[in-house]
Amino acid sequence: MTQQIDQAPPPAKHSKPISTFLFHREKFRLLALLSLPMTWLVGVYIVSLFLLLITAFWVINPFTSRVSPGFTLDNFISVFTVPAYLSTSLRTLGMALAVTAISTLFAVPLGIFMAKLASPLMRNLLAVAITLPLWAGYLVKILAMRLVFTENGFINWALGPLGVASPGFNMWVTILTLTYLWFPYMALPVFTAIRQIPNNLFDASADLGASGFGTIFRVVVPLIVPAIIAGSVFTFSLSLGDYLAARFTGGSTQMIGSIIASNINLNPPVAAAFSMVPIAFVVMYLMVARRTGSLERM
Amino acid sequence: MTRTKVGVASLIAVSALLLSSCATSNEVTLDVPDVPMIDEIGAFEEELNIINWAGFVEPAWTDQFTTDTGCTVNSRVAGTSDEMVTLMRTGQYDIVSASGDAALRLIVGGDVQPLNVELIPNFSDDIAEGMKGQIYDTVNGKPYGVPIGRGANLLQYNEDVTGGAPDSWDVVWELDSPYAGKVTAYDAPIYIADAAVYLMYHNPELGIENPYALDEAQLAAAVDLLKQQNQIIGEYWSDAVAQITSFVGGNTVVGTSWEVLAKFADTPSIKTTLPKEGSTGWFDAWLVSSSTPNVNCAYAWMDYTSQPAVNGAIAMNFGMAPANIAFCASSPEAQAHCDLYAAEDEEFFDRIWAWTTPIEQCVDGRTDVKCTSFQDWTNAWLTVKG
Repeated sequence: MTQQIDQAPPPAKHSKPISTFLFHREKFRLLALLSLPMTWLVGVYIVSLFLLLITAFWVINPFTSRVSPGFTLDNFISVFTVPAYLSTSLRTLGMALAVTAISTLFAVPLGIFMAKLASPLMRNLLAVAITLPLWAGYLVKILAMRLVFTENGFINWALGPLGVASPGFNMWVTILTLTYLWFPYMALPVFTAIRQIPNNLFDASADLGASGFGTIFRVVVPLIVPAIIAGSVFTFSLSLGDYLAARFTGGSTQMIGSIIASNINLNPPVAAAFSMVPIAFVVMYLMVARRTGSLERM
Repeated sequence: MTRTKVGVASLIAVSALLLSSCATSNEVTLDVPDVPMIDEIGAFEEELNIINWAGFVEPAWTDQFTTDTGCTVNSRVAGTSDEMVTLMRTGQYDIVSASGDAALRLIVGGDVQPLNVELIPNFSDDIAEGMKGQIYDTVNGKPYGVPIGRGANLLQYNEDVTGGAPDSWDVVWELDSPYAGKVTAYDAPIYIADAAVYLMYHNPELGIENPYALDEAQLAAAVDLLKQQNQIIGEYWSDAVAQITSFVGGNTVVGTSWEVLAKFADTPSIKTTLPKEGSTGWFDAWLVSSSTPNVNCAYAWMDYTSQPAVNGAIAMNFGMAPANIAFCASSPEAQAHCDLYAAEDEEFFDRIWAWTTPIEQCVDGRTDVKCTSFQDWTNAWLTVKG
């Protein structure tokens, strides 16, 4: 009997002093929960963004190229008034939208096949194939695309005898490279969303006489819009900020990132002003997405 | 005894400096902050923090230096002149291997100090004539830099495609170039000077006397030429490896390059030439920070690296013409290196305009106009690519 008592676990209130301490102290509990992520968010993320924004108002000494605190809106104005800057912003926006559109176009049929038609083995193989490129380094993938499209590269070697020539490095190859880089971020959420559509919806659609395409556009797509939006946030914003793809596969194509990268040493205020452009684009994009109501359903 | 010899040698060096600075800079007087120079070498500090181009600071020669002086060498490699300027202004570094396009910016900004060449005995007669007293690092008769080496921006071409050396830069500038779409250009604002060199030859009515002293109209003409070139550019390069793969891979047929890149391309058909218009080039020198706490180590380093053997080792490692041409006679291998990079060929380098930071005061001596500054060039460069 005594032995049994000794073996029994000690009472709970002695075993979890921290929980006991926090139980009656709601504010302290909240603080403990949020202090680490808030330190990160405010201390590192918001502050560095704020410092960047401040620099955009600073001035540069034309004689020594030194940056000094001040207040000018010239850097922001130049983003809109210098034709080269404006065209670069619009080009980058167009490219990011194109990457998003192409990724969606590939992801939806692939997702339907993987989720509804493929055998389990095939599905797993495809899932590995989609995620495999994520294991390789980002720069490695860009340089691989550079090698594929170079004059003595894969395309001309493999397709040259058929009369197909590599287009060389230009904006379209950059769009293709960016699609290659960010496609998994679109394909995976779309695949997951399609998997969650019950099979009997497809049966019902067929029973009601819808064609295959009719089913895709009137049943599948409306149901997976939140997933497409989620994926497009990645493909769109990651493309907006990229510049190495343009540098290595774009020939003389210039993106927003190229301007920031070449200004970061030469003229930091202009680089800072320019870094607000992708932020503005993404905010606008999210506001449009919110308007459609798809953010609530994410 | 040695002291006297050093004194005489440096006296000659100084007078040579003064003479050549008169000859090359037309006695241009620039407004620079008054930074004092040191009078004598004191005890060595413990460390030396260097910003340098890749290949300038290697254990093969720093170990001996550390043994001799006790100064531990910390090297930070920078990729571009602009990065060097930014790093130098953090005040965390003692000395920088600056090209001329960075040097004058640092000098007029008061970031570097004038040098007492009497304390650098190896800065002697053996330094190539064309690297002494140039406007990019010698201001108002005061030397700020100790030369390391130099190289020209040459026209590189793929002989298999061009069938011989182009005699003019027109293949990279004119819209009717047979190699349109396969042209490369250096991706930096200082490349505007290359356009100016071309205009000096072909459009003398613009009145460009020095490609680094452009007034507003002249800069606009150069930018127009660059915008024209933009239409036939295949790729701009700032990364040396990307440029090499572009030539070897066949995407680029003609464009600006360095001897060392042609060497690394390691392809018999890829060669360099100096076209009739002449060209620009980079002349590198050690510049010492005005706020360095390790000034004695810095002087010791500049003297050490100016010896023929060490200077030659740096030049061979990087792939450039050494500043100290006494190195060339030291061995057949050294002579071959010097010949490849035209180290002793002043006639060759007379046709090369050494990179110089453009500043508002015209470095060609004009006083009736205001020249465009490097900041103007920076802004102009970004509008070229569009």
